[in-house]
Amino acid sequence: MLAKRLIPCLDVRDGKVVKGVQFRNHEIIGDIVPLAQRYAEAGADELVFYDITASSDGRVVDKSWVQRIAEVIDIPFCVAGGIKTVADAGKILEMGADKISINSPALLRPELINELNHSFGQQCVVIGIDSFFDVTSGQYQVYQFTGDESRTRKTQWLTRDWVSEVLSRGAGEIVLNCMNQDGVRQGYDIAQLKSIREVCSVPLIASGGAGTMQHFTDVFEKADVDGALAASVFHKGIIEIAELKAKLIADGISIRP
Amino acid sequence: MKLVIVDTGCANISSVYFAFKRLGVEASISRDAKAIKAADKVLLPGVGTAHNAMAKLQQAELIDTLQHLQQPLLGICLGMQMLTAHSMEGDVACLNLIPSEVRPMQSAGLRLPHMGWNTLHSISNHPLLRGFSVTDYVYFVHSFAVAPDEYSLAQCHYGTDFAAVIGKDNVAGAQFHPERSGKTGARLLQNFLEWQL
Repeated sequence: MLAKRLIPCLDVRDGKVVKGVQFRNHEIIGDIVPLAQRYAEAGADELVFYDITASSDGRVVDKSWVQRIAEVIDIPFCVAGGIKTVADAGKILEMGADKISINSPALLRPELINELNHSFGQQCVVIGIDSFFDVTSGQYQVYQFTGDESRTRKTQWLTRDWVSEVLSRGAGEIVLNCMNQDGVRQGYDIAQLKSIREVCSVPLIASGGAGTMQHFTDVFEKADVDGALAASVFHKGIIEIAELKAKLIADGISIRP
Repeated sequence: MKLVIVDTGCANISSVYFAFKRLGVEASISRDAKAIKAADKVLLPGVGTAHNAMAKLQQAELIDTLQHLQQPLLGICLGMQMLTAHSMEGDVACLNLIPSEVRPMQSAGLRLPHMGWNTLHSISNHPLLRGFSVTDYVYFVHSFAVAPDEYSLAQCHYGTDFAAVIGKDNVAGAQFHPERSGKTGARLLQNFLEWQL
């Protein structure tokens, strides 16, 4: 039976793993390669590396760490951040990444999704979506340039509409980051994930909000997501992956032991 | 051990190269027919579409070479699909080393692509699968598959059964990605290195 995936996310800045709260105040957690290796050995099903500065700085970012990861890691991994063209994506895939994840550049030029699908196949093309619940409008809205607080802005897209748009253009997987929940460890945004699940025919990965092991059980049981992504609970040792997997298996969730 | 990874221009070549390096084998990556013929073992990687991948083999004039290898040949993912007679992905003739056909997955309503870790069953006692059990998980990413037939060496279930590993004579293929399947995947690659015909 296909297993639900546990996906530690490593936010990368200048070759170091960092973590902020609600996208702000980043602190250094450690070096990428040993951390990646530790997670792979601990039982992570997949890793995501998010170059959080790349999309908003407009500078050329050194991605040589991608190859250093590919050399040591024997589980799939995805690289996100600063991939604006088919050529950018091609370089990262050549260095050994299994997937590339696109966020702001897809909002600026949605055709990029079609181009990536055509060049590398649907399975490589992950679309990251930063979604924020706007209390006044009562709607989930897509945000852009979330790596840099001064440039972060709301787009014209409602989250559900953007999901349908990226699927029609050939996305192979969606990572939905629920910004209200990010880094505050109060649980995944089940209501939003359920609503997106209804319109999402490809794998859907929940992101933002994991604080306890029960939150993982809840998101798999209630929102039927294919994977759950988390950062701080793993980096800070609040949740051990082996222990989490044992609990999920005991709760009847399909998990790779 | 001369291991050659066929340079299909596909995206997972370096992952496959590093996976063998972790097992202590330095593979060469080549599209030179002579080098491929002279290898002890040949690996055919592949990510992308069958149509593009077959076109690349044609451009490199490698079809005939690959069809007449005597040494062990292992295809991975799309590389496995290219070993068959025909793929419905782009309606393309493949290498026809294993007379099976690649069709769109019939997942009985389950989401596609079939992406993630899944288990194997109906595991044969082929040398490539030495040490494998039904509790092992391997990593799949695909939307097309080969239906179980006499060349299936192991199967996987996702909506319906499909062939996870196929083989005939000196040729075998894995639909999953052994280079990304942790210790279980490494075992398949190690078995391939040790495979004596």
